[in-house]
Amino acid sequence: MTDDTTLLANDNATRHAAGDGEADVLVRRATADDLPLVIELDGDNTGLHKPDYWDETFHEIERHPGQHFLIAESASPGHEFLGFIVGEVRAWEFGSRPCGWILTIGVVHERRVAGVGSALFDAICGRFAADGVKTVRTMLARHDQLNMSFFRSQGMMAGSFIELEKPID
Amino acid sequence: MKLQKATRYGLYAVLELAANPDEQLSATDIAAAYGISGNHLAKVLRDLGRAGLVESARGAGGGYRFSGNARRVTLLDVISLFEDISSDTGSGDGADTEIGRALDLVLGEIDDIARATFGSITIETLLKTMRWRREREARTAADLASPS
Repeated sequence: MTDDTTLLANDNATRHAAGDGEADVLVRRATADDLPLVIELDGDNTGLHKPDYWDETFHEIERHPGQHFLIAESASPGHEFLGFIVGEVRAWEFGSRPCGWILTIGVVHERRVAGVGSALFDAICGRFAADGVKTVRTMLARHDQLNMSFFRSQGMMAGSFIELEKPID
Repeated sequence: MKLQKATRYGLYAVLELAANPDEQLSATDIAAAYGISGNHLAKVLRDLGRAGLVESARGAGGGYRFSGNARRVTLLDVISLFEDISSDTGSGDGADTEIGRALDLVLGEIDDIARATFGSITIETLLKTMRWRREREARTAADLASPS
């Protein structure tokens, strides 16, 4: 296991101070070794086990700048896996200027409400800013109160777009 | 969207008290700050007290303080104490017609979004949003004032 200094230097990782009584969080780029934990956490959160999707997503992101797959882990020895976030910069879809999209986020259940999600959010916003965009966006199911509350707590509000859909007969 | 007067007063009181956790504020203090009726606000504060969102302290210097969990209590929790914002579809004159049902679909969509919005904003989130807005405005003002 690498020490924090090596990790921070080698992987463009960021360290995020947590609240009182909580361990600091390191956020770094995902590696292939992280996939089993990501797949397990995503499966727990969504009820769907989809290893092929995550394998494809990881390799796709590896190839493209502007796409980010980040891992949060404890800054204490052992670097316990705490969560992940995936996002990318997209341009001109739906007539939108380039902006960062958060596609998914997951935090280990026992580590929620401890600043892990905020650390992941801050880290990916930092990457988006470095990519040159000034807005971050996401899309949620209307009744997904957990994630809706989380993103609102990060300062996100309804934007200028609205999602519409219909069943295709 | 228009909220009833009691609902707005309830939100003012909860947010004002939660924003000043170390202070006890009387109904008169809060009413003066918002230019609203002290008598009406006193009734609203009693409802908030019964719901466990505020508690009163007796004696000289007594007043109210926020006693809920700001990270858990949502705007919808407060609103629901004073009014029902759930969809009132399928009732009323003409509701059971093809046009009445089509209109109810649209009204239901709007109500659904309103509930999801109020239900996802906690007291802490709203106070944090106010702070961020103040800081952003201060930065913008400083940028405008500084010679470039």
